[in-house]
Amino acid sequence: MTGEQIAFLVVAIFTLVAGLLVVTTRNLVHAALWLVATLFGVAVTYGLLRANFLAVVQVVVYIGAIAILFIFAVMLTRKDMRDQGPQLNRNWLVGAILAMLTFVGLFFLLQSWNGMSMRAAEIPLKFDVVFELGNALTSPDGYVLPFEIASVLLVAALVGAVYVAFNRK
Amino acid sequence: MSFWNDPLKVVADWLLGVFTGWGMSETLALILIGFLGVLLLISLLMMLDIFLVWVERKVVSRFQDRIGPNRVGPYGLIQPFADIIKLIIKEDITPGGADKVVYNLAPILSMMSVLILWAVVPLAPTVLGVDLNIGVLYIIAAGAIGTLSIIMAGWSSNNKFALIGAFRQVAVMVSFEIPMLTMLLIPTIFAGSMGMNAIIQGQEVWYFWIAPLAAVIFLIAAIAELGRAPFDMAEGESELVSGFNIEYSGMKFGMFYAGELLHAFTFGGFLAILFFGGYRFFGLEKVSPFLAIATLIFKAFVGYFIIMWVKYTLLRIRIDHMLAFNWKFLTPLAFTLLMVTALMNAILKGTPTWLYVSLMFLSNVVVAWIALEIARSYSRQEREKVEGSKASSLVEIEAAHH
Amino acid sequence: MVPLSWYLIFAAALFSIGLFGVLSRRNAVAILLGIELMLNSVNINLAAFWRYGDVFNMTGQVFAIIVFAVAAAEVSVGLALVISVYRRRNTVVADEIDMMKW
Repeated sequence: MTGEQIAFLVVAIFTLVAGLLVVTTRNLVHAALWLVATLFGVAVTYGLLRANFLAVVQVVVYIGAIAILFIFAVMLTRKDMRDQGPQLNRNWLVGAILAMLTFVGLFFLLQSWNGMSMRAAEIPLKFDVVFELGNALTSPDGYVLPFEIASVLLVAALVGAVYVAFNRK
Repeated sequence: MSFWNDPLKVVADWLLGVFTGWGMSETLALILIGFLGVLLLISLLMMLDIFLVWVERKVVSRFQDRIGPNRVGPYGLIQPFADIIKLIIKEDITPGGADKVVYNLAPILSMMSVLILWAVVPLAPTVLGVDLNIGVLYIIAAGAIGTLSIIMAGWSSNNKFALIGAFRQVAVMVSFEIPMLTMLLIPTIFAGSMGMNAIIQGQEVWYFWIAPLAAVIFLIAAIAELGRAPFDMAEGESELVSGFNIEYSGMKFGMFYAGELLHAFTFGGFLAILFFGGYRFFGLEKVSPFLAIATLIFKAFVGYFIIMWVKYTLLRIRIDHMLAFNWKFLTPLAFTLLMVTALMNAILKGTPTWLYVSLMFLSNVVVAWIALEIARSYSRQEREKVEGSKASSLVEIEAAHH
Repeated sequence: MVPLSWYLIFAAALFSIGLFGVLSRRNAVAILLGIELMLNSVNINLAAFWRYGDVFNMTGQVFAIIVFAVAAAEVSVGLALVISVYRRRNTVVADEIDMMKW
């Protein structure tokens, strides 16, 4: 068991437990906070994969913006400060069975692929991942078009969200 | 390499020898040495934090034309220790109905978000936690965790004022992250890298001379991120009875307070690193890392003094004015400055240094002047609207009088 | 050395947990939480394939960044809609939002 494997196991178990708590807690603000823990675990996973730009952007975008948005939304949509009633709907058993089937199906699909036990190649020392990522995102024969369209999408979402949630008094 | 040239490596190698001599495997010894390094840094930071409490109280008292603490020890130097003892022996009250886990976790996360910032601060060319090649983004990420801790504190206190204070503070922090991130991109453009060490190494000429407006906008956004006056809507004693930390007493409040002071000092340090050359002082840092550390701490104290100066001089801004200032003035200005800086940097790529510095400085001054003219004309319009209605109402009162 | 299979199974498990959250929760905001978990698992997959495949080809990371942007856009619009629905109907339970207009 190398150190990297132990680190991955610890992070993966923490993230999965936090994810389970997200979908099962009764108190919605606790669910949002467990989502923060899950997102942090995913950020550490990106760090393990040497995608450090993705790790930091995950913390900034997901934890710093999206999770806070969730917490605000939970606080603005509750009738009183307590949580009432069960949090699982009538079909939760079917949902659980479907989720289990999905996981088992994906597992068997992956087992039949012979690339599963691939080991990671070493990243050469001179290879600046962030520089190459910036190049890929902004060069014309890279991915500049999806990048620009994603930014237009964000502007549209910004305007749309403000318009939909605007409180006309 | 001797101890004076590269202290961390010498100590780490010696400790590695000691630990492997005791029979520990090398990876475990390296992990343990890493932990010891972190422990050393955090201990030094907390001791600095105690000193910062004294500095803050003396400086605020001088700004307010009084002497400040001078009873406890010479010049009041033991005063922070008296404060700490008082905070520790206070009764630890948890409000009824508060969410216990979240309530106790919030001050810990708040302090944590400040301490993890020091992992990327280069104290000297060879004395730094980790030379992340994305150090600049890491600052924003740590700020995001701080934002989360404030909303946890406000919500778990089970108190309306705490919640309102937390909402306002989080709204301000999230809004002012945008001009701050944009201004953090400007040293990145100049240095060609997001790593802190690379930014300092690239400052042959201080980035303050090439982009003064960027330093000013970064300072304003940083003060808003810190939640200090004039942006301390959340803690306004006269408005919200100290906002999100109403229900915190004793050492938990001490963690918030000390965390805020250390955060202010850290951002003074970042101002020094990004715009004023960091640990550089005309080649002094090559002599010894300890001189570099001393230079950085000195510059950080100057930055901290500027932040305190702003706090104790300006009045508090109303929350809607704060947000309007950010979204309608600071963010467009930050984006315009980024575009102008990138353009000018690309145009003036190969020119001699004196021409480059003077033209970049001039472009910044032009952008600032245009922005202030636009703001001035807008305020003139607003004033005329108010004056016009006031003048007409005065005429009506006069007419009704006669 | 962590084999690729571990990352993929981890991502599949996170995806299934998110799927359970979407299918079984009453509150609309909780359903959105499940969607976030699913998007994160997809991102882990993309980053893992970038690392274990050709590291010089940045497609995996670029795709992951686009997914970040899309997820942020979707969450903001989704939560705006939930808040707007709460203002009209005073409920966010998904079962009770069952009439188009009354």
